[in-house]
Amino acid sequence: MGKALKRWWPLFMLPTCLAFMIGFVIPFIQGFYLSFCQFITINNTHFVGIENYVRALSDPQFSTSFFFTVAFAFLSTVLINVIALAIAQALTRKALKGTNIFRTIFFMPNLIGGIVLGYIWQILINCLLSNIGADLIALNSAAGFWGLIVLTLWQQVGYMMIIYIAGLQSIPSDYIEAAKVDGATAWQTFWKVKIPNLMPTITICLFLSITNGFKLFDQNLALTGGAPAHSTEMLALNIYNTFYSRAGIAWQGIGQAKAVIFCILVVAISMIQLKATRSKEVQQ
Amino acid sequence: MSKSSAPTLFQVNGPTGLKNWKDYCADLSDTKVRGELIDDSLALQSDGKDLGIDWVQESYGIIYNKELLEKAGYKAEDIDSFDKLKACADDIQARKDELGVDGAFTSAGMDDSSSWRYTTHLANLPLYYEFEKEHNQEDDEIKGEYLDNFKQIFDLYITDSTCDPSQLASKTGDDATNEFATGKAVFYQNGSWAYADLTKAGMTDDQIGMMPIYIGVDGEENQGLCSGGENYWCVSSQASEDAQKATEDFMYWCVTSDTATSIIADKMGLTAPFKSAKDTNNIFSQQAVAMAKDGKKTVAWDFVYIPSEEWKKNLKQALIAYAADNTKWDGVKNAFVDGWKTEKAASE
Repeated sequence: MGKALKRWWPLFMLPTCLAFMIGFVIPFIQGFYLSFCQFITINNTHFVGIENYVRALSDPQFSTSFFFTVAFAFLSTVLINVIALAIAQALTRKALKGTNIFRTIFFMPNLIGGIVLGYIWQILINCLLSNIGADLIALNSAAGFWGLIVLTLWQQVGYMMIIYIAGLQSIPSDYIEAAKVDGATAWQTFWKVKIPNLMPTITICLFLSITNGFKLFDQNLALTGGAPAHSTEMLALNIYNTFYSRAGIAWQGIGQAKAVIFCILVVAISMIQLKATRSKEVQQ
Repeated sequence: MSKSSAPTLFQVNGPTGLKNWKDYCADLSDTKVRGELIDDSLALQSDGKDLGIDWVQESYGIIYNKELLEKAGYKAEDIDSFDKLKACADDIQARKDELGVDGAFTSAGMDDSSSWRYTTHLANLPLYYEFEKEHNQEDDEIKGEYLDNFKQIFDLYITDSTCDPSQLASKTGDDATNEFATGKAVFYQNGSWAYADLTKAGMTDDQIGMMPIYIGVDGEENQGLCSGGENYWCVSSQASEDAQKATEDFMYWCVTSDTATSIIADKMGLTAPFKSAKDTNNIFSQQAVAMAKDGKKTVAWDFVYIPSEEWKKNLKQALIAYAADNTKWDGVKNAFVDGWKTEKAASE
């Protein structure tokens, strides 16, 4: 058995590798090349060097979007994880009845697509705003920002909760019992026993919520569309608008350059985060 | 367009779209279909070559509900200036309960499904009059000479309306169609393409009509509907000779054969600007033709010169802000005039 596997493993790897090549590596390299070109269709390009990068970085809207995105990603990451862990903690208590139903209910918003969610929340929030006599989302960047936060929480808390529940359940019960015997309070058990043992879960949840926060697109497009005056336009939407809502042959290349910068940014930030939280992980 | 067998026939939406696609358009100057065009100005030109062929003419204006208008004591034929339109709309708005409507005009929705009616189609009028006077449509800057007229008509739309101006941001195109089709509003700015929606909603030909959009310019008694096209057929120059030839033959068939012209006129309800095109059953298109025959001056679709989508988006933002707070007209001015300059520069 082992021998056969040793000889044939490349064959089993082949489909995945192929899919990865076609679906990721090749487009990625091509996209990187395109960011140095002026183009309308991708097989008819004109090399322009780093001009696209110069114009991308000198676009004031790009940096505004960057800071807006950072603020959003930071706040949403903190809130998602705190709330998800709190709910996971509540739903792993043995005394509580119907935890499975609650888990399902909390998870369900995650099954709805971002565009649909965006429009639903737009209606809800606009209703609220018009009832209290405030400006609608299209004119109200604060409402746009908090609306995005609420929407993202609603969508992602349930997902992270499932991961946290799995993490909490995998903590060996003798650790908890030992803590109890030693007279630890519930609070102490949580901080000193559960959290250190949860670090691998926290790593993955932070990673997911940070990258999701940075990459957020459809919710942004549907809920605010960047309005008012691009003030709620996140990086991904900014790239999309650069690519599609400008006339002239230069803009596709500039959008592509922005996308490459965006990719490097997200990879760098999530690498730093992975390194920081990995170092806190403990071996069971 | 980057596929190995890319489409040979594609559309661009006018000079702005052509800027992107110029290198992909074959020269159609000597084709048979070009010879079928009734008006030479309908070919989209660049460097003296005909690269696109307008294949459909559409018209827009203010659609009105004849029955409601008559009930209020007015006749569309008598309204031939902004002042008369305003007097009529103000009166209807004041008597809305008596007439059983929610307002004179349907909601000027600023949702993406509706905002183009203002940022593109209504904005066309101040642009048209400026271009007529200054011939600056290809220039890097515009003056916004007729912005006061733009303000005037937009004010009318949002004041004598079915909804509060601060709610416009969330109103959609369907909202306006429904308000009009259910008789909750008398006026509805839209084009001949709305005919299908309105008849489907149960309106009949003798209930509806279309009048020009008056913005208070001298001599507008003689103004007709806004007619034009932004659908230009282009043939891909990247395609093989044979494919290009076949595409040209197909286009020729579309505009000359009995089957195709019938489908275009009856099923699609479109007016095609070709010699053998059939008359359409679309009452708005018929009205546009009739008005042109009466010597009314057709307003060209000068919005095709708008430098980018971004310009429209910014104008939309500014109009929403203005509707909610009427001290903010300067924002509209900026988006209109300064925005033109920035976007024009950005597209070079």
